Order: sequence, then C-alpha cells, then structure tokens
Amino acid sequence: MTAVAPQGSPLDGVRHSLRTEVLENRPVNLDGFVEEWPEVGMVAMDSPFDPAPSVRVQDGVIVEMDGVARADFDFIDQFIADHAIDIETTEDSMALPAVEIARMLVDPNTSRSEVIAVTKGLTPAKLLEVAKTMNIVEIMMGMQKMRARRTPANQAHCTSARDNPVQVVCEAAEASIRGFSEVETTLGVVRYAPLVAMALQIGSQVGEGVALTQCALEEATELELGMRGITAYAETISVYGTEPVFVDGDDTPWSKAFLAAAYASRGIKMRFTSGTGSEVQMGNAQGKSMLYLEIRCILVTKGAGVQGLQNGSISCIGVPGAVPAGIRAVAAENMIASAVDLECASGNDQSFSHSPMRRTARLMPQMMPGTDFVCSGYSATPNYDNMFAGSNVDSDDFDDFNTIQRDLQIDGGLRHVKEDDILAVRTRAAKALQAVFDYLDLPSISDAEIDAAVYANGSADLLPRDVLEDLKGAQQVMDRGITGLDLVKALESTGFSDVAANLLAVLRQRVSGDLLQTSAIMTPALEPLSAVNDANDYQGPSTGYRPSGTRWEEMKKLRHVTSASNPEMEVE
Amino acid sequence: MTVASTTSDAQRTMSFTEIGPAQRGSRSDEVVLAVSPAFADFFTQTIVNIPHAEVIRQILAGIEEQEVAARVIRVRHSSDLAVVAHTAAKLSGSGIGIGILSRGTSMIHQRDLPRLSSLELFPQCPLLTLETYRNIGSNAAQYAKGESPQPVPTLNDQMARPRWQAKAALLHLKETEQISKGAKPVEVQAEFSSAAPAALS
Repeated sequence: MTAVAPQGSPLDGVRHSLRTEVLENRPVNLDGFVEEWPEVGMVAMDSPFDPAPSVRVQDGVIVEMDGVARADFDFIDQFIADHAIDIETTEDSMALPAVEIARMLVDPNTSRSEVIAVTKGLTPAKLLEVAKTMNIVEIMMGMQKMRARRTPANQAHCTSARDNPVQVVCEAAEASIRGFSEVETTLGVVRYAPLVAMALQIGSQVGEGVALTQCALEEATELELGMRGITAYAETISVYGTEPVFVDGDDTPWSKAFLAAAYASRGIKMRFTSGTGSEVQMGNAQGKSMLYLEIRCILVTKGAGVQGLQNGSISCIGVPGAVPAGIRAVAAENMIASAVDLECASGNDQSFSHSPMRRTARLMPQMMPGTDFVCSGYSATPNYDNMFAGSNVDSDDFDDFNTIQRDLQIDGGLRHVKEDDILAVRTRAAKALQAVFDYLDLPSISDAEIDAAVYANGSADLLPRDVLEDLKGAQQVMDRGITGLDLVKALESTGFSDVAANLLAVLRQRVSGDLLQTSAIMTPALEPLSAVNDANDYQGPSTGYRPSGTRWEEMKKLRHVTSASNPEMEVE
Repeated sequence: MTVASTTSDAQRTMSFTEIGPAQRGSRSDEVVLAVSPAFADFFTQTIVNIPHAEVIRQILAGIEEQEVAARVIRVRHSSDLAVVAHTAAKLSGSGIGIGILSRGTSMIHQRDLPRLSSLELFPQCPLLTLETYRNIGSNAAQYAKGESPQPVPTLNDQMARPRWQAKAALLHLKETEQISKGAKPVEVQAEFSSAAPAALS
C-alpha cells in the first residue's frame, strides 16, 4: 500500500452513496491514471506525431527511413538503418500492407520463419503500424508463434533487504527447485555484491534444477563478476529510443554494442533492456508514442547482434500503465521483440498495481501464449525484500500462479514443490555456502543463522550479520581474484561434489559458447536448451509447445488437492 | 473539462516577488534555496498536494533554526533538479544550495561537486513530508557551517511507482514547458499571506 490516502477525499463535504465509498476504497483507486498528451509522447501507441513508414535503398544503403533522409538521421536511425534492417529484402517487405503482415503473425498457416523473412526488412514505423492493427488476443496469438524457444520459461529475483547472503543462497535454491531457469539479484549496499553473487551462484546449483545467474550492478562491476564466472549472464544493459536520453546515460548504440561484444568474447549470455515509457519519463520523447520509441530500442538490440532483450516497460511500467491501451502496447513490444527473432524476457517484473485483478490481467498476455521468460523476473521473496523495487508477482503469489497454470493448462515455468523438498534444498544450499565461506576464509555463517534462513519468509525473520565484516570479506573476494572455478574447488573440497559438478557444467558452457544462442537456458540434465535445439514450431492447433506428459502431471499438483481414490485424504 | 482531483483548504498562500538578478552571495553563513520555473507560480502544490507555501516555510525554518541566513532564487532556464540545485550552490556564499522542483523532488548541493553528484538527493517526491523539508533546510545549514550532519532519513515505498510514476512524468513535462531558455536566475522574496478561514462547517 502507498503511504498516502486514497485519491478521493472523503472530507469534501458532499454526500456520497455508500457504493461510491466502497468503490473509492478499492485498491485499483490507489493506482495512478493520466490523460493522454501526444505532443510530449504521453501516449501508448497511437500518436498523430509518429512518422509514416517508408524506406529507400540506393547502392546498397538505406538513404531514407520513415520519412527521414539519411543526412538527417540521428544516431539511432543510422544504427538501425545500417545494422538492423536487411537491405536485400527491405523494399519488398515494406511494400506489403501492414494489415497483411499482421495477418501473417496471427495466421497458423504462416510459419515463424516466413514471418521473420518479412519482419527483418521492416522499419520502426512499419512495425508500429503492424502492431496498431492488432488487438490484444491477436498480439497474444503472434507471441505464441513468434517466441523463439519452443518451451516457455521464467526468471526470478532473489534479493534481500539486508543483502544477506544466507537468505539469497536459500532463495536461489528454492527458486531453482520451483522451476525458474534464471535467477537475478541486486543489492542495497553495492559493496556486498561479491558475497551475494556467490550465494546466488551456489544456491542456484543445488538440487535438480539448474538456473543461470546474474547480478545487476553498474556495468563495469557486472562485467567483471561475469568474466570471473561468479555470474552466468547479464541483462541490465539499457538502450533508449531517443538520442538525448541515450546521451544522458553517456552512451550510444555503438558503446552498448561494444559492451555486448565484451560479454560474448567470454561466452557469457547477455541481453539488452528497454521498455515503453522510459523516454517520456525522462522528458525527452520528442513527441513520439511510447511503442514507436520502444520499437527503435528493439531494432538497436537487433542491430547490435545481441541475442535477446528484456522489455515490457520494466521499471517505467507506471507510465504505460497509466494511459489508455498502455498494457496492450506493453504486450505488443514483447511480441515485436520475438517477431524480429530476439529472445524476449517479458517484464512483469516491477510493482505494477495495487489491484490483484489488474496485476493478473497485466500478466496474462505473456503467461497465456508463453514467452522465453514470462517474468524478468518474478520476486522469489516477499516484495518487501525485492531490491528491484518490487515485482508484479512475488513469493506470496506462488500458489495462485501454480493454480492458474493448472486451470488454463498454460506453462509459466513453475511448479508446486512440497515443503519437505524446499526445506531440504534450502538447508543444503545454506550449508554449502557456509562451507565455501569457511574454505575461503570469508566471514563465517553460524548454524543458527542457517536455521533461521531455511525457515524464514523474508529478511525480517533472519539473524543479523556483522555487516562490516561481510563488507571486508566482499572486498577480499575482489582483491584475491576469486573466480567461479574457485567456487567449484571449494564445493568439491567440502563434500558438495554434486553442486560443484553442476556449477562446473555451467562454466563449461562459456567455452562451448552454447549459451550465446538465442533464448538459451540449461535443462536439469545440464544441457543448453535454446532456439537452436528447441525451436518454436507452433503452427496452429495441436502444434507447438503444449504442457503434456511428466510436465503436465507436475503442473496438476497443488498444495491441497482432494484425492479421488480416498476423498478423506489429499493428494501427496 | 478538468476538475480538481482533490480539495484542500490551503490555509496559507505564498507568492514570490522578484527583487533582481540573483547574485553570488558574500557571507559564508548562508544557504541559497533555488526553486524551479513553475514553483509557486504555474503550480501551487507538490505531487501529493502539499502547498508550496508550507514547503518553503519549513525549509526556511530549518535553515533559520541553525542560525544560518537564507536567500531564495528562481531558476528559470531549466527544470533539471541537478541544474537548479547546482545553480543555488554556485551562488551561495557558503557554497551550499538547495534545489526544489514543483512536484517536491529536492536536492542539497555543494558548489565544488560535479553537477550530477550531490550531498543529499530526495528523489521520491510523494514520500517527502513537511518534516522532511524542515530537515533538508536544517541539514543544508549544517553543511554551510562546515558540519557533517546525518543524512535526512527518508521513506521508501515500492508501490509509489503504480501510484505516482505517470503523474510525476506529467508534472515534469509541464514544468519543462515553463522554462525560459537563457533566462538568468532571479532573486525572489517570499511573501506569505494567511487565507481567510474556510467556511464554517
């Protein structure tokens, strides 16, 4: 709840009906809504100031795009024209009516690769025009087909309001056994990062699921932790849709592409981040709609050669969420990322609404069709511990989420796990971290701390740590040059050979480079699963990914299901 | 049509009277408070409807209680908080300035720091109370005296985004419309007047 009273003043001296009072007090009225203002870009996807699509190619170079001559390109136009759009096919693709391209996205008789043969030649304004012809169900149809990986997955946030590594190692282990394929952390006190990143990395390798990890920090530190193998992927590399906003961050599309190459050079998976609303939020939307500017970000990502994008408004969700059709635009930005053959980690990762109905409605356009990562990410802790400032769904919602998967037979990547199993992995993870800290002469973790963390709901239930000692330890990790391989050695030497083997398997992917393929995750069998070996083959009813077999049986399990064979009992 | 989103009986109103171009101060025991182009002008209250008059009163009271002098200027050429606050710091005899935007977002700045740095930043305008503003004034005055005060405690609220993010963007865009390119800062005098008491009810 916000710290302030509901919008309407009950003390305005006017007599209101009792029903008005009830409605006034509904959580949805704590959300903020604003009128559109297209002149400054406060409009979701339908602005009279967005450009009309056009393209002109001369001597193998785009000389005009969306009504702008090459001489007048800003650096985003230039980057997109030179690196994102296929020169060979663009004139033919652009000649197709937008509605025809939209129909291809929806039509089961058109394959994913046939659509991509067209979208790779489209300009930002044309992609916008295509999206504008589609309603929310059609956008979901498009997403179902265009998602790069056949099997949907999910990502978790594992953070601690106290930056407590013992909590994070437990949360990462639980997230992994619940089915998350990626886990991400960030910090309140940045200097804590090495210890918390280690906890995340170790926790995520305990138990049968193996999740990839990342630690969101300023770019240089994040890169260093990745290069050392203390994290396995990166995603907080932000791109923007107008030149002034890009420049505000001291960046250009080229500098971001350079950073992407640095990750790729070490076999580290990475994706960019962008989202509707960021430019208008920063007061520099140049009068363009949020979706038009986001499409420019999508194509900058494509042009940089990066395999994927985290979008879906992300930290600006309060902006599209406040304007008409904003959530339709957010669904469209995810679909367009997939439609140009990028991995899409589709948002649903920031506190969005006070209304449970609205939170669910915002989630469905990604959860129903399935995306590469339905949330990016889902808070594996209570939201009060979420150091990304809260997510649309948190640990309180686990049972609701699992029930929705079962009700609709849709795969959001999670499963119900018995408490015994959860306590077992949390305990083992905490003991592994205790052993590694001990082995590496880092501040010790007591058995009492482990007991509290294993049974905790959030950081309020933990025993406090000596923060100053931890921060010295964190500095030691950096000064002594500790790497992912040191963690493997420590785990192996302290009796956690299975965890060591899992972590080594993840590190070995860095050499093979398989995690650089579009939409790569690791299977429980420690094999990479990506758009290469698990390409989405949806082509209408009875094709594509459908929960079945073992996975569907797993999805049928909930906390309480009455047994059919003995209705006095519940299914185990 | 637009209607007021809330009703509040503002008990006190305030206006700024321009005195002349803002000058660099000479006394080392002063804090300069810079308000943004639309503060107590196009806008009259913060994002959570705290009257600008009360905000200014509390900041000035916080400075006074430390026995430090205060001057107020209006920055007219920018709605960027860092620019507003840094302008105040550069004109301040002590090198300490406070910047405040119409929606309430505030910053304590120091002349010798880079513009994008600051001594204290208060980014979550919906969570700033009159007490916070008084503390901001007090802390700025303590920096001016060469002391190292504890940073002003602030609240954090993860649900502020869904409630306020879009309104904050609108307020920023509106304030940006009010800037006059190239206009120099002016020194202003705050004049308070008590409004007639609200009708008896």
